[in-house]
Amino acid sequence: MMLTATVVKVGIADLKVTKAPFTLKTSGLGSCVGVVIFDHNKVAGLAHVMLPDSTASNKNLINRMKYADTAIDMLVEQLVMEGAYKSKLKAKIAGGAHMFSFQSDNNLLKIGDRNVEAVKAKLAEYRIPLIAEDVRGNKGRTIEFNIETGMLEIRTVNSGVCQI
Amino acid sequence: MVSMENLSQQHLDILKEIGNIGGAGNAATALSRLLNKKIDMLIPAIKIVDFNDLMEYVGGPDQVIVSVFLRIQGEAPPGSMFFVLTPEEAHSLVEQLIGTSAENLEDNELAISAISEIGNILSGSYLSALSDFTSINLQPTVPNLTIDMAAAILMQGLVEISQESDYAIIIDTMIEENDQTKETVKGHFFLLPDPNSFDKIFRALGGVED
Repeated sequence: MMLTATVVKVGIADLKVTKAPFTLKTSGLGSCVGVVIFDHNKVAGLAHVMLPDSTASNKNLINRMKYADTAIDMLVEQLVMEGAYKSKLKAKIAGGAHMFSFQSDNNLLKIGDRNVEAVKAKLAEYRIPLIAEDVRGNKGRTIEFNIETGMLEIRTVNSGVCQI
Repeated sequence: MVSMENLSQQHLDILKEIGNIGGAGNAATALSRLLNKKIDMLIPAIKIVDFNDLMEYVGGPDQVIVSVFLRIQGEAPPGSMFFVLTPEEAHSLVEQLIGTSAENLEDNELAISAISEIGNILSGSYLSALSDFTSINLQPTVPNLTIDMAAAILMQGLVEISQESDYAIIIDTMIEENDQTKETVKGHFFLLPDPNSFDKIFRALGGVED
């Protein structure tokens, strides 16, 4: 049987949790980080994280899917609700690039690095093992996670496709 | 305090007018001289869009774009500027500027500096108009040419904005060659102001109450 439209798309500062046979996809990660957390009983979540730290915002009402700390909280919460075991969760991440080459003291231009660090710190807090990563560099990435196989496919403009 | 959520139509009109003066006036003249052709800049469109809509606006998050990015520096850093072309538009522009077609844009230094220079001229003209109007000292950083996925490039330019908002204001000016019979020069010029700069800009321009 042909299954069409099995791709669940995740936007910028967005997250989704779903089960096989669906795949989870997010496009055009630059300094943003794509965080996949999954349990081998075929449930997985993907977040497209823009910023490292929700506590840096002055606003009361924030989009919790935008920040590394709060997005990972939400992913874990929703995965458990969908039947994942907290102790069996694993993670794969991609992104955190540095798109512009000029030197600057401006912390915001190093945002890719800071996002990667924040994601890793939060995963460590939950004791979720990070089993694969493709981070930093200076290329945009489109990623798609196959829940069935647990493989994360990464596409770039010039370096083709790879899987981690 | 003026923030993204409580911008009035009047605020938007002011931002648009700056786009009009900076874009349609100075920049078109500068570009016409460089290309030795009559270049028109359309009346800018101004929109408040969320990040995902912005990506659709340029053809989707993984659409490959050629972009010249500049940050605005000075007393009140008001944001990011992008000159965005499709790879085809970039090739056609390079051909008209340096007379040869560049097969592989990324490896062609002359082509890259030609496009960067156009981005520089457009943003420089825009900034001097804004500077004159507001008496705020503004300078662009060195232009940064990047060829990659739209979302990857644009989102890094929006990091500043994203700290406080999920929306961006885009002031988009289309560049078109006047003579439509031949190959046309086309491109988008985006100004993405940081929310924190609104207060300063509007106060300098006067006539708007918070």
